[in-house]
Amino acid sequence: MSVKGKAYIVGAYEHPLRKAPNHSVSQLHAECAKGALEDAGLTKNDIDGYFCAGDAPGANVWSMANYMNLKQLKHVDSTDMGGCSYLVHVAHAAEAIAAGKCKVALITLAGRPNSEGSSGTQVRDRGANLPDAPFEMPYSPVTVNLYAMCAMRHMYEYGTTSEQLAWVKVAASHHAQHNPNAMLRDVVTVEQVVNSPMISDPLHRLDCCVVSDGGGAVIVASPEIAKSLKRPLVKITGTGESTKGQFAGDVDLVYSGAAWTGPRAFEMAGCKPSDIKYASIYDSFTITVVMQLEDLGFCKKGDGGKFVSDGNLISGTGKLPFNTDGGGLCNNHPANRGGMTKILEAVRQLRGEAHPAVQVKNCNIALAHGTGGSLGHRHGSATLIMERE
Amino acid sequence: MATPAQDRKLRDPSLNPGDQPYFDACAEGKLLIKKCGDCGKVHHYPRALCPHCFSGKVDWLQTKGTGVIYTYSVTRRGGPVPYAIGYVTLDEGPKMMTNFVDCDLDALKIGQKVKVVFKKTENGSSVPMFTPA
Ligand SMILES: [Zn+2]
Repeated sequence: MSVKGKAYIVGAYEHPLRKAPNHSVSQLHAECAKGALEDAGLTKNDIDGYFCAGDAPGANVWSMANYMNLKQLKHVDSTDMGGCSYLVHVAHAAEAIAAGKCKVALITLAGRPNSEGSSGTQVRDRGANLPDAPFEMPYSPVTVNLYAMCAMRHMYEYGTTSEQLAWVKVAASHHAQHNPNAMLRDVVTVEQVVNSPMISDPLHRLDCCVVSDGGGAVIVASPEIAKSLKRPLVKITGTGESTKGQFAGDVDLVYSGAAWTGPRAFEMAGCKPSDIKYASIYDSFTITVVMQLEDLGFCKKGDGGKFVSDGNLISGTGKLPFNTDGGGLCNNHPANRGGMTKILEAVRQLRGEAHPAVQVKNCNIALAHGTGGSLGHRHGSATLIMERE
Repeated sequence: MATPAQDRKLRDPSLNPGDQPYFDACAEGKLLIKKCGDCGKVHHYPRALCPHCFSGKVDWLQTKGTGVIYTYSVTRRGGPVPYAIGYVTLDEGPKMMTNFVDCDLDALKIGQKVKVVFKKTENGSSVPMFTPA
């Protein structure tokens, strides 16, 4: 089912805190929900669909639905696709609305990894019964080295350099200087990135995203409701979701599931990469951006390093302004899951409500793309294309 | 400048039913993968059903324990000692996640020939790792 034009993003809210030691995770979720409702001009009683993922307390829908006292839900979905869950949720919400199952869907994300001392160099307990764990966990795979292995192979196959990867961070820092809530607001240079401490070859500290508390929420609504509100109309036009794994041993770490979700989303939306005025691209690490841009079709496979160089991702200078809030590399990465904030900045751009210094002129089509899990073993991918109506 | 591989505490594998023969073979210095009796294809990590054709006729196959480095990364922060994680392309075809040991971690290269060695985890299980051949 194509959901093109069948639903709109009517509310969006980003929690301003980056460290919230005295907030409960439930409170952060609820504050995000409240902010998104106020942004839309709706009330809690209008919500009849609720979506959340593994960051929600209990990793179910009923705990947060109960906390917020949502009493008339007709559609719920706790699909967990790691960091890209919320992009998937927008697609699923559009499908549910198109099928008449609900009219106003709330999606929330929140977490406190900064207060809890989380780090991308820690081995994470991944739970019981995982079939792969006995064959991987003795080797200490951690978030950063799983992505680093992709970067190393990408460099080997395509000649990508550390300086090219650094340009992703440089562009993000140019945008973050205008965001008062961003964790890292200093503009950095390529030299500063490649001279920052090596964490896991070839990724330096400044190739890695921040660890932050916080959260965000969006509200997806039917066309009738969207048109009854006083906010600019942001229409959902293309979606794609998939997973990529190790193919039973035929591992290929130089491309991501974006190679499938991108083309599907573009086909549904009836547009192509060159039509995109602004892109939110999940930036857990600099390599994540380079690979996803290639896989989404913004450049030829293997040319991502060249594509991001020389400020090509900087708003006002480059051909493809990306992550104008500073992204995960500089702004925030609440709950270690960057998919929600990717949607939020794309909505701001389409509404013309981004910071004036980074607002893209005539921004009528935007893309948001995310990855969940790890590029280095198993991951989810989700692409969302939206248009200003 | 060299970064010699150092011994570090290895997590015990928490086995699922069906995994024991793989680790028993490791204890005897053998690296196994699985091969399908119906479609003839090999796979790793080992499953009870062939991931290519879903046949239940899958058997263990002893590898030569040799291959080449597909990718690697030396993790220099976060752990007590630097360590090298990577994937090896086995001569039999499948790629497997592993660590590289008993060598200068700074001298590792993609495409380099490696051979299996076995290292003990905290509780004494043997796990396969690789070293330059
Ligand atoms: Zn088979």
